Amino acid sequence: MDFSRLQNLAMNDNGFIFDPNSGYSYTSNETGIYIMKLLSQGIDKETVREKVLAEYEVSEDNFNSDFEHYMLMLEALGLVEF
Amino acid sequence: MHRSPQNPDLSALDITIAVTGLKTGDNPQPGVPVIRSIRAAGFKGRIIGLVYDSMESGIYLDDLVDEVYQMPYPSAGAEAFLTRMEYIVAKSKIDVIIPTLDAEVILYIRLQDELRKLGIHSYLPTEECFLLRDKTKLATYFPPRGILVPDTALVSEISQIISSKEQYPMMIKGRYYEAYKANNVEEGLKYFYEIESRWGLPIILQKMIPGDEYNIVIVGDGEGGILGMVPQKKLVITDKGKGFGGVVVKNQQLEEFATKVIALLKWRGPCELEVMRGYDRQYYLIEINPRFPAWVRLAEGSGQNQPAAVVLKALGQDLAPLPQCKSGTLFIRHAEDIITDISLMGEISAKSELMKKEK
Repeated sequence: MDFSRLQNLAMNDNGFIFDPNSGYSYTSNETGIYIMKLLSQGIDKETVREKVLAEYEVSEDNFNSDFEHYMLMLEALGLVEF
Repeated sequence: MHRSPQNPDLSALDITIAVTGLKTGDNPQPGVPVIRSIRAAGFKGRIIGLVYDSMESGIYLDDLVDEVYQMPYPSAGAEAFLTRMEYIVAKSKIDVIIPTLDAEVILYIRLQDELRKLGIHSYLPTEECFLLRDKTKLATYFPPRGILVPDTALVSEISQIISSKEQYPMMIKGRYYEAYKANNVEEGLKYFYEIESRWGLPIILQKMIPGDEYNIVIVGDGEGGILGMVPQKKLVITDKGKGFGGVVVKNQQLEEFATKVIALLKWRGPCELEVMRGYDRQYYLIEINPRFPAWVRLAEGSGQNQPAAVVLKALGQDLAPLPQCKSGTLFIRHAEDIITDISLMGEISAKSELMKKEK
């Protein structure tokens, strides 16, 4: 999975994301930004999972399901490549 | 010797600069933002506005232009144009002129020598180069040279609109201005007649490229190089297709594409490229406008004062490389009412000139 495009995104803590490559902007909630920042730092999926489970009150099943959905959404937006 | 990038400083320049196209409103012309960028570079000399009618709103702005002169329309021809220019320079010298309207640029190119004899300098492409970017030539010149252009047909009869019915939606464009998306033959015919009545024939029929549109303002050095380049993506688009808001992007492929276009043309002076990035991830050249766009203040605002650079190049002065623009810089166009006395309009209407600030 290629997360390199995430490194170019400008993200702020309010959840606003700007892609200087395409000119598109997005909004995300706090958890989404947290995950995207980890991925943009080159942290692998398994470590992201561990960090999120430690940081937030969420079951592993729920996290896995939401995380896969989130990844598919980022792929549809052209921000990650599988 | 390597020079560090910097924007031109025009504060010590004691000259007079003329700029055309002062209309703002729903279809804004680039003159007002060009002047504002020149002033932002510290220019304290005189600025002359050249207008075609007394309703160009920039005439009525405080502290924009010092003098205004009405010009004959380009269709009146070279003689009328030069006669008017001779009259103007007899009253007020002009050192540099920046034309900003598509239909007049060719006149300024063809009359460069005569204008130079009047002491007027400009920074424009050659006539050959100018004609290569004409909407009617784009699709034949660029594709064999590795630049994609959507399939284009020049249309002079409605039968050609009807016979293209399998290919809709299509873009229908006037030679100089206006472009509409026609979803079917009926709309195609409607826009054909509308554009024909305003701009004449031929009309340009172009295949739609689904994707994202980018606009790039560029100053070419005339030798294939680029002095400045600022790409933006439109964020607010009016029903006439005009960008009333946009953001500076940083996209290497887009910049490489634009650099190649300018290198092929050896473009000298300001221009605007309209580029589509198709959903097939290919870049397509849609148009090359031979002047600054009305959103050129975004260039200055993002750190690259291109109008100021053009002033210095017109004077033949050396120029340090312009700084890189800052991606994420946003512009939103904002309209305001100007309140003034009707006598101002009376003066420009009756005398075809207006002295706003005494020398």
